[in-house]
Amino acid sequence: MIQVFLDATSWALLATGSFLVIVGSLGLVRMPDFYTRLHPAGLTDTLGIDLILMGLMLQSGFSLVTVKLLLIGAFLFFTSPTSTHAIANAAFVAGLKPRHAVVPERPRRPASPKEAGG
Amino acid sequence: MIDTTINFALLLFLAATAFSILRRTTLFSVVMLSGVFSFVSATLLVHLDAVDVAFTEAAVGAGISTVLMLSTLALTARHEAPSSRSRALPLIVVFLTGLALIYGTLDMPRFGDPSAPVHTHVAPRYITATATEIGIPNIVTAVLASYRGFDTLGETTVIFTAGIGVLLLLAGTIREPTGLRITAMDHHLVLRVVTKVLIGPILLFALYVQFHGDYGPGGGFQAGVIFAAAFIIYALVFGLEAARRAVPGRAVRWILAAGVLLYGGVGVVSFFFGKNYLDYSALGATATAGQHLGILLVEFGVGMTVSAVMVSTYYAFAGQNRPIGDEEW
Repeated sequence: MIQVFLDATSWALLATGSFLVIVGSLGLVRMPDFYTRLHPAGLTDTLGIDLILMGLMLQSGFSLVTVKLLLIGAFLFFTSPTSTHAIANAAFVAGLKPRHAVVPERPRRPASPKEAGG
Repeated sequence: MIDTTINFALLLFLAATAFSILRRTTLFSVVMLSGVFSFVSATLLVHLDAVDVAFTEAAVGAGISTVLMLSTLALTARHEAPSSRSRALPLIVVFLTGLALIYGTLDMPRFGDPSAPVHTHVAPRYITATATEIGIPNIVTAVLASYRGFDTLGETTVIFTAGIGVLLLLAGTIREPTGLRITAMDHHLVLRVVTKVLIGPILLFALYVQFHGDYGPGGGFQAGVIFAAAFIIYALVFGLEAARRAVPGRAVRWILAAGVLLYGGVGVVSFFFGKNYLDYSALGATATAGQHLGILLVEFGVGMTVSAVMVSTYYAFAGQNRPIGDEEW
């Protein structure tokens, strides 16, 4: 009984995590400019990967593997948002302007050569 | 079935990344894509059960070399100079070479073929004899540090020589620090705090990889790179001067030489016990104890040299640049 419960929880976590990672990847491709792209990449990846790791932890039981997965999860939990922050901060300090942050009435400007991703 | 699919998907990723690298002229994204290429290769190697190699690829290919390439970009240009020469001749050369390589693979044994020469020659001996002769669970480490100790000594010497070469090329032009801007990333409070928290665990992990190499994936090469990565992160976030205060360049150069000396010295010690060069079995009370000690020392020498080469190369590259202050971005 407990095994079924563990398996179900683990699969739910794995599926949610994978879903978030896929959605994040889609967002990375579909979003219009640098800052909005960072948003799906940073947020969903952190949660998605940690959910996947939790699902794997439930599969591995009480073993050294669980501890290693926990450590990887903790490491990613700190480094992933930090790197997102650092990238956004570097772009902001370097003077990259958000693409659609202008007053809505003004016509949309053509993409500047500074646009990210090129 | 699933194995083949994953292999094909990863190989497709590799090919796509390679083509993407070819098409780019922004060198910054070329460097980033090279990192992606290394990570995909590492994943592929994990999937082929070559975890030690994958570990090295991830640490060296995706980690350190990306940092070094970025340091180089900071010294040179961010865009590729447009070439005026014709592209036809290189294309023909590449095409012919590719055809020759594909022709060459026709003679190779099929993937995973148990009767392939690589599986029938010395590999069975290593696999059957490691447990009794060396007495450690990780056969890769046994082959690397004991059976093929000469090769690894050669590799370590190559890394040593390359490090010396980089230092010789760049040392003459290192500018004296101006003293105006000592720290580089004053505004990155988050980065500084997280780096401070992470450096300890990274160093600890490097030591684990170093001394656990007998039992799991890891060893001197990987540990050296991870060790160096901790110092390079420190130098990136807190500035080169702070890193130099923590680990002076002079000390790094000593460690650089001491690693190779330790490796070669272990071989010389086995002379005095009347054994062949790099035969560790005389170092301990029993043959396996001697092998244990020898592998541990030799791997430690590799780790010392590798980390010192990485750190001193980074020092040499970063020392060419004046630190960038916040207002200059």
